[in-house]
Amino acid sequence: MSIIVNTREMEYIPEETMTQLLKRMKYMFPLVVVKIDGVVIPRVEFPETTFPDGVNIEIIHLISGG
Amino acid sequence: MVTTMNKTPEDISNTLGTATVGIAGAGGLGSNVAIALARAGVGNLVVVDFDSVEQSNLNRQFYFHSQVGMAKVLALKENISKACPDVNMLAINGRLELGAMTVPFTDVDVVVEALDSAETKAQFIEETLLKLPNIPLVAASGVAGIGGGERIVQNNSGKLWMVSDPEARSSDEDVLLAPKVGLMAYWQANIVLELLLGTNKNFDEKLEGNN
Repeated sequence: MSIIVNTREMEYIPEETMTQLLKRMKYMFPLVVVKIDGVVIPRVEFPETTFPDGVNIEIIHLISGG
Repeated sequence: MVTTMNKTPEDISNTLGTATVGIAGAGGLGSNVAIALARAGVGNLVVVDFDSVEQSNLNRQFYFHSQVGMAKVLALKENISKACPDVNMLAINGRLELGAMTVPFTDVDVVVEALDSAETKAQFIEETLLKLPNIPLVAASGVAGIGGGERIVQNNSGKLWMVSDPEARSSDEDVLLAPKVGLMAYWQANIVLELLLGTNKNFDEKLEGNN
């Protein structure tokens, strides 16, 4: 029972939402772009988004400056 | 001469000359991406920014002292035309509004994310990937600081290409200066050329997949 988050293996927690996963990973919610198995998840859907065991999640973290 | 990309200089110049690149932001990243692409021969640019040139921008952005107070996109158009009079730049002096951020870029070949705050970057990347799923997007993150060049990496995920220094501090906590901002802007421009010329391996595979 595990998921891949940014190439790292993490424990899979059934029913965990994307918002909860971001909190577990200590990512700041407004500063990321999230893909589940290559599909972009709109931020407004994070609180309701759950995912099955074994998925590959990419969390792209942005840092200010330009 | 046939270059390493298996293209003649004429092929390269023809392809780039008819290409259009959209750039979101005309600050440290955007102004430098724009001039790099113009000099390389990209014929058409669409640049969007709502800001005016400030004295504090001159340490890294492609503007001049005499342009302080001028709308950035208009100053940029003037500067690009001095170096590359044949480049056609559409200057859009306005804000990218949430929900309509991709509107200026629906007809471009590649989009460049050159925004400032992390939150706006994330919103723009998300919106562009969702609304313009067939247009490659080149973004940058972590441009603040001095040194650390060995940490800068290029990553690709689907249509998104990222130039990032994952260990950089935010621009609220570190300086923004010409060398590192310029490095990352020119790196973005280099990826854009690869995408336009179809020499990026991943992009080639995607194109073949579409045919």
